[in-house]
Parts: sequence; C-alpha cells; structure tokens
Amino acid sequence: MTPAAPPLLAAESLAFQRNEEPVFGPLSLHVAAGEALLIHGGNGSGKTTLLRVLAGLLPPSEGDIQVRGQHATRESVAQTCALLGHLLGHKGELTAVENLRFAVGLNGQREGTDITEVLETVGLAGYEDSPARQLSAGQKKRLGLARLLLLPSPLWLMDEPYANLDLEGIALVNRVVEAHINGGGAALITSHGAYATPAVRSRVLELD
Amino acid sequence: MVRHADASISTASACLALLRRDLLLVWRRRGDAAQPLMFALLVVSLFPLALGPEPELLAKIAPGVIWVAVLLSGLLSLDSLFRSDLDDGSLEQLMLAPQPLALLVACKVLVHWLASAVPVLLIVPLLAAFLNLDGRLLPVLWESLLLGTPLLSLVGTVVVALTVGMRRSGMLLALLALPLYVPVLIFGAGAVMAAAQGLPFAGALWLLGAALVLAVVLAPLAAATALRIAMP
Amino acid sequence: MNPVIRWFHQMGSPPIFHRFADRWSRWLLLAALPFLAWGAWSGLFEVPADYQQGDSYRILFIHVPSAWMSLFIYGLMAVYAFIALVWRIKICEQLAMACAPIGAGFTAITLLTGSLWGRPMWGTWWTWDPRLTSELVLLFLFLGVIGLNAAIEDRRAAARAAGFLALIGVVNVPIVHFSVEWWNTLHQGATIKLMGQSSIDSRMVLPLVLVAIGTKLWFLGSLLVRTQTAMLEMESGKDWVKQIARGAHA
Repeated sequence: MTPAAPPLLAAESLAFQRNEEPVFGPLSLHVAAGEALLIHGGNGSGKTTLLRVLAGLLPPSEGDIQVRGQHATRESVAQTCALLGHLLGHKGELTAVENLRFAVGLNGQREGTDITEVLETVGLAGYEDSPARQLSAGQKKRLGLARLLLLPSPLWLMDEPYANLDLEGIALVNRVVEAHINGGGAALITSHGAYATPAVRSRVLELD
Repeated sequence: MVRHADASISTASACLALLRRDLLLVWRRRGDAAQPLMFALLVVSLFPLALGPEPELLAKIAPGVIWVAVLLSGLLSLDSLFRSDLDDGSLEQLMLAPQPLALLVACKVLVHWLASAVPVLLIVPLLAAFLNLDGRLLPVLWESLLLGTPLLSLVGTVVVALTVGMRRSGMLLALLALPLYVPVLIFGAGAVMAAAQGLPFAGALWLLGAALVLAVVLAPLAAATALRIAMP
Repeated sequence: MNPVIRWFHQMGSPPIFHRFADRWSRWLLLAALPFLAWGAWSGLFEVPADYQQGDSYRILFIHVPSAWMSLFIYGLMAVYAFIALVWRIKICEQLAMACAPIGAGFTAITLLTGSLWGRPMWGTWWTWDPRLTSELVLLFLFLGVIGLNAAIEDRRAAARAAGFLALIGVVNVPIVHFSVEWWNTLHQGATIKLMGQSSIDSRMVLPLVLVAIGTKLWFLGSLLVRTQTAMLEMESGKDWVKQIARGAHA
C-alpha cells in the first residue's frame, strides 16, 4: 500500500496577532490534492488574514506552515499555490489578454491551456482587448479565475471568490473548481458560508 | 490532468515579462512621465526669480541647484513606485512569484528610472542654460547625474518599500530618504563644484560609480526585505 | 546553561523585564546626577581656561559627551534592531525604539551646544562645521526612526520597520561622515572647525570622563523607563499587567 502523499499545504498551531490582539488561531489545517477546504467566517473573523499568512505574505505570530510535508519556503509556496486575493491583481491599463500574458510570463503556464480558450471558459470571450479597468467587478473576478486556470500551481487560494458574482458567476466558480479538483488540484476557499459550494470532497473550517 | 509546475519559467524571461509590462504601463500613462520633468524645470526657474538674474551668481549656484532639483523631482516620483501595484493587488502577485522578489524589484526600479530620471537628464542642458552654467562643466554635471540618479532611485526604493502601506507618506518619505541622499548629493554636486574650481573631480565620480555598483546589488535585496516587513 | 545567557533569556520575558526595570531604573537615574554635577563643576571651575578661546570653550564638556552619546546610542539602537529582526524578540524591538528619542535628545544637545560654542568665536548662530553637519544628518536619522515607528499602527510591525531603517542608517553614518569631511575640504574658504588643532590638556580629561559616565547612567535609566512604559502599553490586555495594576490600587 503506497503511503499517502503529504498534503499540499498544512498549518500547525498557526496564529496571528495584530497589536497584541489575536486575529485568528491557534488553529491547524491541511489541504490535500483532490479536495477543497472551505473556510467559513463572518466579517472580521480573520479569513483574509489567514489566507495571506498561508500564502506567505504575512509572517505568522506562532505556528508552522508546511508545503508537501516540508517547511514552507518562498519557492515551494510560489510553485504550489496561486492566489486569487481580495484585490484581484489586474493592472487596469492593461487588457485582459495582456494581464494574463504577464501572469503566465512570470509564473509559467499550465500544460495544455490556451489564453483565448480560457477566456472563453470564464465567459470573457470578446473582452480580450478590453482594458481591465473597463471590466465590471464580476468580469474582473472571472479574469482572476482565468489566471488561476492558466497558472501551473495545483493549490488555489481563493479569498471570497463568490463575492460580486451573480448566480451564473457563482455556478461558474463552482464548475471551474470542480474541474480543477477532479483533475487532481486542490482549493482553499474562504467565504461567508451562505453560498452553494462546489460538488467535491470538501471539509469546512469555521472561524469564530 | 494537472501536472506539477514544470522546470520553472526562466528567470530572464520572467524579468523580461515584468520589464515589458511596466514599460507598457508607462507608455499607457505617458502623460504622467512629464511631471518629474516639469517639476525640475519649475524648481530651477524659481532660483533666478528669488535671487535675481545676475549671471555670475547663477553660474556659481547652478550645479548645486540643478542637482537639488533633480534629487527632489526623483523623490516625488518615487512615491508612485509601488503604489499602484499595492492598490490593485499586483504587488501580492509579485511577492508570490517563483522569482526572487529582489530581482523583480530591481526590474521595477530600472523602468522607473528610465521613465522618470532619463527625461530629466535629457533636459539638463536646458536647466544649465537657465542658470548660465559654464558650458565646460556640462559634461561633468551630466556624468555626475548619470551616476547619481540611478543611485538615488535605488536607495530611495528601500525607503519607499518601508512606507509601502502608508497613505500620504510624502513628508515622511522625504525625511527617511534625506540622510541617505546626503552623501550622494555631496559627491555628485561636489564633483561639479570641484571641477568648477579646477580641482580634481574624478575621484568623486569614481566613488559614485562604485556606490552605484554596490547599490545595484544590495538595494533591491534591502527593498525586498523591507517590502516583506512593511506589507500591510 | 551559562548564567549570563540565561539572564538574557529571562530578560526577554516582559514581566521579568518589568521587575528588573522597576528595580534598577530609579537608581541609575539617581546615580547619574552626582557624576554630572561633579563633571560640570570640575569643567566650569577647576580646569584652566583655554589659551585660544578663553572660557567659552567650556561648553565642550557638554558638547563632546553628548556627541559621543548620540553615536553610541545609534549604534546600540542598531544592535537591538538587528537582534529584534533576526530573533523576533519583543523586548529588543521596544528597546530599539526607546533608544531613538533619547538619542535624538542627545543629538539635539550636541547641535545646540555646538551652535552656542560657535557664537562667541564667529558671531554666527550656526556653522557648517563637519561634525555639526554630520550630527544634523544623524538627527534626521533618529527623527526618521521615531517618525516611522509612530506612523505604523501595529506596534510590532512598526518597530520592525523602524528597526530595519535604523540598520540601513547605521551603514550610512560613516558614509555621511566621510562625505562631509570631503565636502569640508572642498569648500576651503569657509572651513570652520570648532575644536581646531589644539590637543586636549590632560586636566580636561577628568570632567569629560565624569560627564560621559553620567550621561551613560542617565541613558540606561531612561532607556529602562521608556521600554517599560512601552511594554506595559503593548501588553495591557495581558494578565501580568492586570495584576500589577490591581497591586498598585490595593
């Protein structure tokens, strides 16, 4: 019996404080390939901060983060994770295609993907040459999804991906995440918890 | 089928991608590029207005005034180095890229210097004419600025990185940058002043050059560390 | 474990540091006074007048130790900042931040006394003497650390950022000094040196040393008090602080 592969991302006794006030934790979690971890919490519960600490943007006050069983380093996090944060990361003056080309130029491109096809998948066909600032909030979200689809990283860190989306958009997110997870990827999704979630193997972590 | 990230994208092509993106952004906002230029021109114009147009006086203060004007215009434009990237979340994406942040910062500084300092360097002859600078000093002035402006940009980047989260950090930025700028100003303007007095000035220029080489290596590393410390 | 190292480890704990500061800061501050008084008296009345400058040189007994302190404090601040950044020790972060206002104060005294010193000799309130110019830049460095620490809300992040700034500055201090010396030789006509070439008379050493010791003691006491206050503020929600507050009211 082959030993199970270590989880893509794991955190032990992770805690974060700001000005000596606890923002979250201590908590432990893990995400393995082929599953989704949903992090539910209300406003101010620290979900966004947790995601940013896991992505390595903020140093934890306590605890340890591991990527594929090894202590997390900048390179291992960069290779394993892709972030769709609250601020989506698009340059307003660049077109949709230019934004994606840059992301791919920096991080590499997932095998078998094509920028134009991916834009079509997320429902932005026809908007390839629109500057990102002209896109609606929902469309910008879809562009962010497109970036996740194009980047080679298996673990998606998604901060409130359902926000600003209509029912069709929410269904799109779930479809895309389902396809990703069924293909061996993983996702860590924060939300209020009131949305329909992807139909995949998932666990829920509640933040107070 | 999702494969693990392949042999990562080569560092050189990633840097090229960032350079291309930032240059494209500068081009799309090319109106902004005129601002440092205008500021330097304005500052230089104020001095004859304040001190009187007497040619000998102006010629005497010309190297120093031009240096200060270029320094200040660089400081003002430096504030925007990380601002838009921070505001739209691109900075996070850069920090999550497989390339070392220091390298990416170096690329950003290069584009920033090209966009904000090089136009000012090009109008130095005009500034010199405004202040009646002795024509024979123009080459030294230009060389000192050519070495000095990237040095100021690099050193300033570290300070901007430390204040990256702050709104309206302009005054604080100037206070933090000033002590670091003083030696550059002294040797840069000093080289021209030495030349004006017929004293040897090559040493000062060599020092600037050596400092620039050091800064090219160390400043991006320091700025990357500062970004990680100060990231909101 | 080596007792010295153990002591340092223990000091890292806020409640233990608080007790230490409580016990020692008062005595350090008090102990500084006799040294300062004796040094001032000796400098003002015992030591003979300088053959060039007469009595007006006596301000050197405040000016020089203040200048020494300003540099010493900056160096110490950089050391604390380095430890704080590498080992993430809370106490060191606050010790570094507490150094800044004290250092700025000594730098300001240096500048003020330097300015006063120049007045009887050259009739101007400010001279661009190389040492004063370097001290002015040092003052800006201190003010920058204070300003950055104040501008960031999260106290620990603020201390880390300002500490990093202090480290960058420490590299800058010798560079500035060197550049200002060069600048001074370049502009020959206006060369003004406060201390000139006259060597120090051996009788001047005693008051200098006394004041130097006094300022160090004062600095240590002041540092402990400031750090203690900062730690109390930062940890105000914790139990050990609440216990102390209750004890104080009892």
